[in-house]
Amino acid sequence: MKARTMFEKIWDNHAIHEEAGKPSLLYIDLHLVHEVTSPQAFEGLRLAGRKVRRPELTFATMDHNVPTADRFNVKDPISRQQMETLTENCQEFGITLADLNSPDQGIVHVIGPELGLTHPGKTIVCGDSHTSTHGAFGALAFGIGTSEVEHVLATQCLQQLKPKTMEVRVNGDLPFGVSAKDLILAIIAKYGTDFATGYVIEYTGAAIRKLTMEERMTVCNMTIEGGARAGLIAPDETTFNYLKGKRYVPQGEDFLAAVEAWKQLVTDEGATYDTVVEIDATQIAPQVTWGTSPGMGTNITSTVPNPESFETTAQRKAAQDALAYMGLEPGTPMNEIKIDRVFIGSCTNGRIEDLRKAAEVAKGRKVSPAVHAMVVPGSQSVKQLAEQEGLHLIFQEAGFDWRESGCSMCLAMNPDILSEGERCASTSNRNFEGRQGRGGRTHLVSPEMAAAAAIAGHFVDVREWKNENVSKEVFQ
Amino acid sequence: MNPFVIHTGQVAPLDRVNVDTDAIIPKQFLKRIERSGFGQFLFFEWRFNVDGTPIDSFILNTPAYKDSTILLARNNFGCGSSREHAPWALTDYGFRAVIAPSFADIFYNNCFKNGFLPIKLSEEQVDELFKRAESRENYQLTIDLHEQVVKDNEGLSYPFEVDPYRRYCLLNGLDDIGLTLQYEDKISAYEAQRS
Repeated sequence: MKARTMFEKIWDNHAIHEEAGKPSLLYIDLHLVHEVTSPQAFEGLRLAGRKVRRPELTFATMDHNVPTADRFNVKDPISRQQMETLTENCQEFGITLADLNSPDQGIVHVIGPELGLTHPGKTIVCGDSHTSTHGAFGALAFGIGTSEVEHVLATQCLQQLKPKTMEVRVNGDLPFGVSAKDLILAIIAKYGTDFATGYVIEYTGAAIRKLTMEERMTVCNMTIEGGARAGLIAPDETTFNYLKGKRYVPQGEDFLAAVEAWKQLVTDEGATYDTVVEIDATQIAPQVTWGTSPGMGTNITSTVPNPESFETTAQRKAAQDALAYMGLEPGTPMNEIKIDRVFIGSCTNGRIEDLRKAAEVAKGRKVSPAVHAMVVPGSQSVKQLAEQEGLHLIFQEAGFDWRESGCSMCLAMNPDILSEGERCASTSNRNFEGRQGRGGRTHLVSPEMAAAAAIAGHFVDVREWKNENVSKEVFQ
Repeated sequence: MNPFVIHTGQVAPLDRVNVDTDAIIPKQFLKRIERSGFGQFLFFEWRFNVDGTPIDSFILNTPAYKDSTILLARNNFGCGSSREHAPWALTDYGFRAVIAPSFADIFYNNCFKNGFLPIKLSEEQVDELFKRAESRENYQLTIDLHEQVVKDNEGLSYPFEVDPYRRYCLLNGLDDIGLTLQYEDKISAYEAQRS
């Protein structure tokens, strides 16, 4: 048999009809649903008199609109209506919903893995671009629009054109103090926000194998910011150890059988990708974005670039526009940029390890009086675990605002929003104009970098604050 | 879905790379549970000041471009979120097509579900269209999906590529779900074999 990549194996396992000149019909194993991109899809089903084909393969939560201060007090009537509509739709169509009362509620891409809904080899879709997160487990996972949400609800399938494959091989080890977030930001800064358009990426190499599951999720989460349809990482012992015992994962003997099947998914020796990109992990430093696109980033040790330094007219114009919006002067050292707000959370960096890393930096220190800093756990179970570990006390003693779970200021659909001109160090995934609030200025960073910036009041090189031995002792 | 066969209309040049879906339709307007009515919020923060008055310098607020139905844009148009509200807003505003050198995948795919045609041309061709749209009064293009060509009345003629199946569905205004349900037997057989 022809040597195949992991992507090709998953595709072949799910393509139930293929015909020349047409998209393939791909079976979907897991459909995650949230309140923002689903109401029109359910309405479409109703208008056509259709049912949800496999409600048991569909799982819903509410995350985008949820207030994180007083979660049951949804003041915006349209937000409230959107969440109530999801509740009604789930009841009508028989779909399991983790609503605000549920201990399972959280950001859809945080709860999928923690409940064990996400498995290697599955096809997973959601009306949300950051569905790529689940690729960390070796699942083919990608975001879809509302018409496709309706299509999957009605048929459990999607018509899909086969994407091309790209290997992103990350050689060497990430240096001490450099995180998975820095790795993915550095990749996008180097290759641009559309380098992988039309591709599914598989991340390979020594640095990737050493990442924890949560770090792998951060990398796959932001794969969409490089334009890729999906990001994949081959399952290994790290994956199996993470999944073992999770609620929706096979148990006992069945788990061992599942692991054997999952091991077969890895890319065969001799299989080829359409494109290969190699990265040297040892050269990566902590990253901070300076512009209004995730690719506009640089090392903390660097300066705000001069727009004239870019190659093309379009890039120069984009950099000029970005600096005008961001209120930054070329040549300013990144570590002199002062901030007003800090947001630690999101489907990129709202998991327990992210909070542990931020807490490690915050411990025994105080948030700058000039800064309002908030920590938003990715889910109720992340919040509960963090509180069991006492992380909330570390944050609160340092002056961070400890919140309830949700998407929060990543996209600011709830009341967590930047004011005009406010500058934010954010662990989220997009620094687009207005993303966190009209006129708000977003700098994407890792949780450690965000916590350090909260304390210093400006960006700092967190490597100077970390002690390798102390962190091993306290946080393992 | 409305079919798209041939369309002639004025071109509005939006000279920015990486126009993201947050810019096309900001998040505060995603709370609605309807599919319609998003046009009033299209490019909201570029079109309107905080007090609601129009920003005169924005291209769609320029009287010369107010009746445009074809949007001309730069690389990586529609990047970011998967929100289908982006093509909903563009079509509800009155656009029928967008021309750019490249599009983000999810946005590109969403367009075809809404009778809205995204056309990829080379950077050189897009540059030429920008020159013409910015220098001529009421610059018009005719987009013929059947012939797969973009033309103006000065002899410019650019053929474009589009996936044949997407073209077929758009020309005929076909409903994807209905088409997929033709394979109901295969879906059921697959489910039976896996359970």
